Amino acid sequence: MSQAVLSHQEDVDDFDDTVKVLGPWALVWRKFKRHRLAMWSGVVVALIYLVAILGEFLAPVQIHDTSVRNTFQPPQAIHFFVTREDGSREFLLHAKGMKMELDRVALRRTFTVDESKIIPLGFWVRGYEYKFLGLLPSKVHLFGPTNPRDTVYLLGADRLGRDVLSRIILGTRVSMSIGLVGVAVSLVIGVLLGGASGYYGGWIDGLIQRFIEFIRSVPTIPLWMGLAAAIPLDWPPLRTYFVVTIIVSMIGWTTLAREVRGKFLSLRNEDFIIAARLDGLTNWEIIVKHMVPSFSSHIIASLTLAVPLMILAETSLSFLGIGLQPPIVSWGTLLKEAQNIRSIIEAPWLLIAPGTMIVIAVLTLNFLGDGVRDAADPHAH
Amino acid sequence: MVPTLLLVSITTFVIIQLPPGDYLDSLAAEMGESGVDNTAVLESLRRQYGLGEPFYVQYFKWMRGILLEGDFGLSFEKNRPVTDLIWDRLGWTFGISIMTLLFIWLTALPIGIYSAVRKYSVGDYVATFFGFIGLAIPNFLLALVMMYVAFKFFGQSVGGLVSPEYLGEPWTWAKFVDLLKHIWMPIVVVGTSGAAALIRIMRANLLDELYRPYVVTARAKGMTEFQLLLRYPVRVALNPFISTIGWILPTLVSGEIIVAVVMNLPTTGPLLLRALLVQDMFLAGSLILIVSMLTVVGTLISDVLLALVDPRIRYQ
Repeated sequence: MSQAVLSHQEDVDDFDDTVKVLGPWALVWRKFKRHRLAMWSGVVVALIYLVAILGEFLAPVQIHDTSVRNTFQPPQAIHFFVTREDGSREFLLHAKGMKMELDRVALRRTFTVDESKIIPLGFWVRGYEYKFLGLLPSKVHLFGPTNPRDTVYLLGADRLGRDVLSRIILGTRVSMSIGLVGVAVSLVIGVLLGGASGYYGGWIDGLIQRFIEFIRSVPTIPLWMGLAAAIPLDWPPLRTYFVVTIIVSMIGWTTLAREVRGKFLSLRNEDFIIAARLDGLTNWEIIVKHMVPSFSSHIIASLTLAVPLMILAETSLSFLGIGLQPPIVSWGTLLKEAQNIRSIIEAPWLLIAPGTMIVIAVLTLNFLGDGVRDAADPHAH
Repeated sequence: MVPTLLLVSITTFVIIQLPPGDYLDSLAAEMGESGVDNTAVLESLRRQYGLGEPFYVQYFKWMRGILLEGDFGLSFEKNRPVTDLIWDRLGWTFGISIMTLLFIWLTALPIGIYSAVRKYSVGDYVATFFGFIGLAIPNFLLALVMMYVAFKFFGQSVGGLVSPEYLGEPWTWAKFVDLLKHIWMPIVVVGTSGAAALIRIMRANLLDELYRPYVVTARAKGMTEFQLLLRYPVRVALNPFISTIGWILPTLVSGEIIVAVVMNLPTTGPLLLRALLVQDMFLAGSLILIVSMLTVVGTLISDVLLALVDPRIRYQ
């Protein structure tokens, strides 16, 4: 008897060695890995969120530091070699200083590269003090001028002489987190209302569906503009941030609610759900243990696709001046600096730098979401 | 339909009521500063529009004015009836939105068909690439970039719908030509993301149809490829073009409003933004209300059209 059990045990072990059994998530991951574009987009998205988390560590200049001498200074290029007096070339990471000349007649500033002034740059340099991850006080920055008294504007300076690069780095935190928080809010609303609609059906379903149709049939921008304009200007930044996030999340939840409802409707009559009900499980247990796991991958995919929509919405509102307000730095408020054609022509980097960041973030999030959706669909070929 | 419109009007009214205080408060403060005593005028305005009364009273007063007398209230800032200010701007907003819709159809249809028929060709990849870029660039950013390019490389005057010298002039052929030179830019800017989305949909739908047995049969019978393509699969795949009016029209109107602010077009966008910022509540409310209502009506028309075109929906 025990012999038989043992040999059976060995059989099972053998089986495990030859055939790998993969769980549903492992299958999704395997399919996702084959999707090259989505994979690389995922890496870029992860990097962008890393920038958002590290923030001040990466930003060489304090974002609210103004400098009258550097208003609208164009970006400074990074050079690698310096030529010594004796003609030998030596490796030194540096940027050239810029000389500002004021044309008093035309009231115009022109910046020329000052070949003689060399600002050495380096890694792990000391700069302004900040709290690393909001906890540990530190003065170390990943990259910047080696002499803390120098400043360098790698992506140019804005109207008040503030460093565009540092502002973009810290704006990443606000813009990308609005996407995440907004998606979390619309996840809760969408799953609750969509789930109720699909699970109960009847008049609840009808009511919720009419409501969703109403929201979708109304042009959203005028409504958001109205809501966002109602935010008092003297509110503290954090409260404005949350209210804007909630306004922005009002677009995402309808799509999600519809998808959840559709899944609930189709799952309600599946054999395994009926079996679970016959086993005496409560509604809540059925939903949490059997229904939600079977469509959570779809939800993750549509959430990923909703993040870029939220980022675009926040950017648009802040750009119009009715979303986030100036002390908060986001990609939208940065683009507000480039609102009229005159400042774009005078300082194109104010448009190009934050604009590129938005396009990269939205594009990679879209590719990532597409990849996740394809990977999560067991019927796709 | 009617409940939707009712809901739209209530939502609009709630939104314009949200900010604390009203325009008359700031007007009173302003008058107080300049030392003019206009309490009587303020009082009569307050009574006429029911300001300071309970919410539902104000709402009913406003709605009764609109429905019975076509009176949308007074723009406090400009001191003129709202109806004087909005109609030509609304006309431009919807004119541009509808032209954008045509632009989207005219570009997305051929490109979508091409992408599906020549799948994985260079042209398909180019279309896909521009499609994704079009989806990723926010409208206002595209507007800014195009204004920059037009100004820097073509020396065109940007902003507005006509060149400054034609402003306020009567309509002539020259002014019309000048309008055409300007109006393409907002149309392209607003339409890009919609066209990108529709190209993807058209391509996917057509790919589903192209390998069906009926296509093979028609081909076996010796029908020319072009005729075959247009007569059967394209017709079936065409449905989204009409059904998308439903969701595309709200986005177009939304997009137009933002782009108009950036490009300084004489449409509802800049007027609405200004009205919201100074709490000119009846002006802002009327704009949101009419834009939303016309969009809802447009969506309804698209549903009817869809039923007319597609027998499968008609008979359900």
